[in-house]
Amino acid sequence: MDEEIVVNDLVVRFANVNGTGSASANEMFAKSIFRMGIPVSPKNIFPSNIQGLPTWYEVRISGKGYLGRRAGIDLLVGINPQSLARDVKSVKPGGYFVYDSSKKLYDEYIREDVNYIGIPMIALAMEHYPNPRLQQLFKNIIYVGAVATLLNVDLDVIKEVIAEQFEKKPKLIPPNYNALQLGVDYVKEHYTYPLPIRVEKMDAVGDAIIVDGNTACALGAIYAGATVMAWYPITPSTSIAKAFETYCKKLRIDEETGKKKYAFVQAEDELAAIGMVIGATWNGARAFTATSGPGVSLMNEFIGLSYFAEIPVVLINVERGGPSTGMPTRTQQADIISSAYASHGDTKHVLVFPSTPAECFDLTVVAFDLADRLQTTVMLISDLDLGMNNHMSAPFAWDENRKYDLGKVLSAEDLDNLKTEFGRYNDVDGDAIPYRTIPGTHPTKGSFFTRGTSHDEFAKYSELGEVYLRNVDRLAAKWETAKSLVPKPEVYQEKNTSEYGMLFFGTTAYAAIEAMDLLKENGIDIDSIRVRSFPFHKDVEDFIAAHAKIIVVEQNRDAQFRSLLINELNLDPKRFLSVLNYDGTPITAHTIHAKINQVLNLVPVN
Amino acid sequence: MSYVKPKFHHPSLKPNKVGYNKADYEGVISTLCAGCGHDSISGAIVQACYEISLEPHRLAKLSGIGCSSKTPTYFLSNSHGFNSVHGRMPSITTGANMANRDLIYLGVSGDGDTASIGMGQFVHAIRRNLNMVYIVMNNGCYGLTKGQDSATADFGSISKAGESNPYQGIDLAGLALELNATFVGRSFSGDKNQLVPMIKAAMAHPGFAFLDVISPCVTFNNNKTSTRSYSHVRAHIESTSIFDFVPEQDEIRVDYPEGKSAEVELFDGSKIHLSKLAPDWNPTDRFSAVNRLHEAKSRGQILTGLYYINTESKDLHEMMNTVDTPLNTLQQKDLCPGNSKLQSINKTFR
Ligand SMILES: Cc1ncc(C[n+]2csc(CCOP(=O)(O)OP(=O)(O)O)c2C)c(N)n1
Ligand code: SF4
Ligand SMILES: [Mg+2]
Repeated sequence: MDEEIVVNDLVVRFANVNGTGSASANEMFAKSIFRMGIPVSPKNIFPSNIQGLPTWYEVRISGKGYLGRRAGIDLLVGINPQSLARDVKSVKPGGYFVYDSSKKLYDEYIREDVNYIGIPMIALAMEHYPNPRLQQLFKNIIYVGAVATLLNVDLDVIKEVIAEQFEKKPKLIPPNYNALQLGVDYVKEHYTYPLPIRVEKMDAVGDAIIVDGNTACALGAIYAGATVMAWYPITPSTSIAKAFETYCKKLRIDEETGKKKYAFVQAEDELAAIGMVIGATWNGARAFTATSGPGVSLMNEFIGLSYFAEIPVVLINVERGGPSTGMPTRTQQADIISSAYASHGDTKHVLVFPSTPAECFDLTVVAFDLADRLQTTVMLISDLDLGMNNHMSAPFAWDENRKYDLGKVLSAEDLDNLKTEFGRYNDVDGDAIPYRTIPGTHPTKGSFFTRGTSHDEFAKYSELGEVYLRNVDRLAAKWETAKSLVPKPEVYQEKNTSEYGMLFFGTTAYAAIEAMDLLKENGIDIDSIRVRSFPFHKDVEDFIAAHAKIIVVEQNRDAQFRSLLINELNLDPKRFLSVLNYDGTPITAHTIHAKINQVLNLVPVN
Repeated sequence: MSYVKPKFHHPSLKPNKVGYNKADYEGVISTLCAGCGHDSISGAIVQACYEISLEPHRLAKLSGIGCSSKTPTYFLSNSHGFNSVHGRMPSITTGANMANRDLIYLGVSGDGDTASIGMGQFVHAIRRNLNMVYIVMNNGCYGLTKGQDSATADFGSISKAGESNPYQGIDLAGLALELNATFVGRSFSGDKNQLVPMIKAAMAHPGFAFLDVISPCVTFNNNKTSTRSYSHVRAHIESTSIFDFVPEQDEIRVDYPEGKSAEVELFDGSKIHLSKLAPDWNPTDRFSAVNRLHEAKSRGQILTGLYYINTESKDLHEMMNTVDTPLNTLQQKDLCPGNSKLQSINKTFR
C-alpha cells in the first residue's frame, strides 16, 4: 500500500480510566515530543471524579506550531473498556486504533476504515511484574514504548524524561526503562514501523517552555509581591493555590528565621476568601484569591463593596462550563457578563484576558498594579483549558527595572505635609482616583471610616442625592481613567483592509490564529484583533470602526463578549456576527474557518 | 447624619500615659435610639481604650451591618474603621490581621450579624484563633430591620407583639466555649464596672477574645416579657466573679471583697484579678466554665463575667509561622525573587 507520509501533523489520543496512573505516562509522551523540538499541545479531558471514570489525554503535534485543538484523531490508544465503543468511533477514517490485545477485541468494535494495532499490554505487564499495582503502572509505560516506536519518537529522549521524572526515586528508573522496552520490542517484532503518520526531530520550539496557566498565575502573584492568598477549593482554580504555596515555600521563606513571608489561608467559603483579600488590601498588603464561576457568584456582594468603597482586589477567575455547577471539568468563556458587571447596583470591573501561560504571568502582575492604582477589583479571566492544560509558551521573564505600582497611598510624612484636610474620596488630581491611607500609619492624621454605604469625599455617611451623585459619577470618571491604563489589544493585520474583522480573546486565540492561516490558503485575508482587557482600549474601538463587520469568536452560547462590545461601545448590533463554541471542549480552527467561510459566501465580499 | 462631637476638655480629666484625653477616644454623636444598650457598650470601649493608654491608631475597628455594627463610628474617631457587609466582619478582620499582625483588631457585630448570616465566618474565626476582640451586642432581635427575632432569642421569650419564640436560642458564648475559643465572657451593657475591665482583658489576650454583651433594644425588644429587656436582665443576672484587669506596668490597687480571689497572668505580664463568686469554677478550666454556664441557665439565671481564658493561646500567625514583621511592610526587594530565579524556574518547564 502506497500511503502518504505525514510528518509532525497529527493528533494522538489516549483513552484511560482515571486514577490509574496513566496521566504521568501520557505527559511523558507529550514532553518527549516537545523535547524533540516539535510544538505540542496536550489536553487533559477528565471527569469530575477521583477514580474509575473515563478520561482522555489528547496530544496535538503540529510542526507548524498550531496549538489549538484540532478535530480528527489520527491515532487512538484505547485501553478503557467503558469508552471503547465511543473511542473506536472517534478515530478518523484511515486512522489507527491501538488496543490491549491481551483480550480479543469484540467484532462490534471493528471498523473497516480503521487500522488496528494490538499490543498485549496487561499480559506483558503480568508476565514481567508480580505486583498488581505495578502491573497497572507499567502497562502505561508499555503502551508509551509501543506508541513511541510506531510514531518514531526518539527513545533516548523518552528515557531522559523518565529519568527526570524519577530523579528522586532512582530505583524506579530501570524498571520503567524495562517496561518501555517491552512496548518497543513488541512493535518491532510484530508491526511495520514507523507508521506513515510520524514525528521527526525539528527545531521549532526554541526557548519555549511548556507549563499550565495556573502555575503561571501563581508565579505572577509571587513576583507581584502578593503576601496574602485566601481561597476555597474549586476546579479548575485550585492548582493556583497549590502552586502559590509550593513556590512560596521555595521563594518566600525568611532565611534567618525560617518563617514565612506570606499568609496562605484556606477559607471556609468564597465569601470569606474575598473578604480576607479585601481586609488584607485595605490594610496595605497585596492579596488575591482564585476561584471559578460558582465562587465568583458567591463573591458578588464583596465585589460591589470593593468597587464602591474602592479597595483593591485581584481575583483570578478560571472559567469552567456553567451555569450552576455546570461542567466542572470542561472549558468555556461564559463568565464575561457576570464578571464585567458583578454585584448589584451600577458596577463595572476591570478584566484582563491572558491567552498563554507567559501572559498569565505578566497579566497577573499587571492585575496587581491596576488594582492598586485604580483601587478596585481587577479580575484575570482565564479558563480551564489555559489554567489546567500544559501549553507551549514563551518563557517567563521579569524585568529587574520594573517597580510595583502601589497606587496612591499616603505615608505618615505625606500626611504631615498635606496642605488641605485629607479626604479619602477626594479627587485631588483630576483623574478620579483618590488617595488612601493604611491603618496605623499616623497617630492623629489620615484615619477614615470605610463603608459600603453612600459616603462623601471625607468618607462620611450620607444619603443626600447630590453627595451620592458626586461619588458615583467620580467612579464613572475613574472608569474612563482605567481605559488609558489597561493592556492594549494585540492586532494581527498587515494591511487592515478587509471588510470583515475578526475579534477574539483568551484561549480562543490559538484556534483563531490558525483559522486566519486557513483562510489565507483560500485567498482570504482577514484582519484580526485579540482583546486583552475590559474596559476596551481605544485601539479596540479603532479596529471596530475600521471594519464594516466584526466577527466575534467566543466560547459561550449567548455571545456575551459581543453583547459587551455592543453595549459598552454603543455600536450597531447588525455589524456583529458570532462564531460560538460551547460544548465544553476548546474551539478548533476548523470550526472558525467553516463558519467564516459560510458567512463570507452568504455576504459577498468586494 | 453624623455629627462631630464638640470636644471640650473637662479640667478634672487627665491625659493618659500616652498623652491622650478621654475625648480623643470618642467618635461622632450616635444616631441610635436614646437608651439603646449599644451606646453604653461604645462608652465602655472608649473608657477601656483610654484606661489602657492605647494609641488610637494602633487599633482597627471593624463591623458587619446592623445598629450594633454602626457603633464603630461612635467611638475611636482616630482609628481606622471598616463597616463591611452583613455577617462578614470576621473575614475582613482575618485578612487585615494577616496583613498586619501588630494592630489591635476590634470587631463589633450584632446577634443577627453573627448568629445567622455570619455564623460560618464567626465559627471559623474561632477555629483559627484569630487575634482579635469580637464583641456581639446581643439584643435578641434584628434592630435595624425593625425587630424580628434573632437566632439568639431565648426559647419562650415573648415579643412585643405577644408572640412566644418557638425556637431554641443559640448561646454564642456556649458555642464559643464548645469550639475551644481561647477567651470567652459575657457581660451586660448596663454593667460598666464589669464590662470595661473585660474589654481591657480581651484586648490583651493574644488570640480570639469573645465577648457576648447583652444589650437591650429599647425600641423593639424591651417589653417586660422579653428575656432581653433591661428589667428581665437586671432581675436574673448572676456574675462569675468580681473582676479587674491590671495592665503590665500598673500596680495592683484594687481591694477585693470577700470570696476566693484568683489571679490570671496574661502573656504580656498583664494580670486579671478575679474574686470568684462560685468555688467550683476556675477561669482556666474550660469544663468548669461549661458546667457553670449550664448550671446558671437551668436556674434561669444569666451568667456574666469571664467564663474561660486559655493562657497558652497561640494565634493564627503563630500557627502559620509567618514572619514577625507585618506583611504589609515588606518591600518589593523582600518579596520579588528576581529574574535569575525565574530563569531557573523556566528550565524546569522544558
Ligand atoms: C445581605 C444582607 N441581607 C440583609 C440585610 C438587612 N439587614 C440589615 S441589618 C440586619 C439585621 C441586623 O441584626 P443584628 O446584627 O442583630 O443588629 P442589631 O440591629 O440588632 O444591632 C439585616 C437583616 C443586609 N444588610 N444585607
Ligand atoms: S432599633 Fe434597637 S438596636 Fe437599633 S438603635 Fe434602636 S434600640 Fe438600638
Ligand atoms: Mg441584634
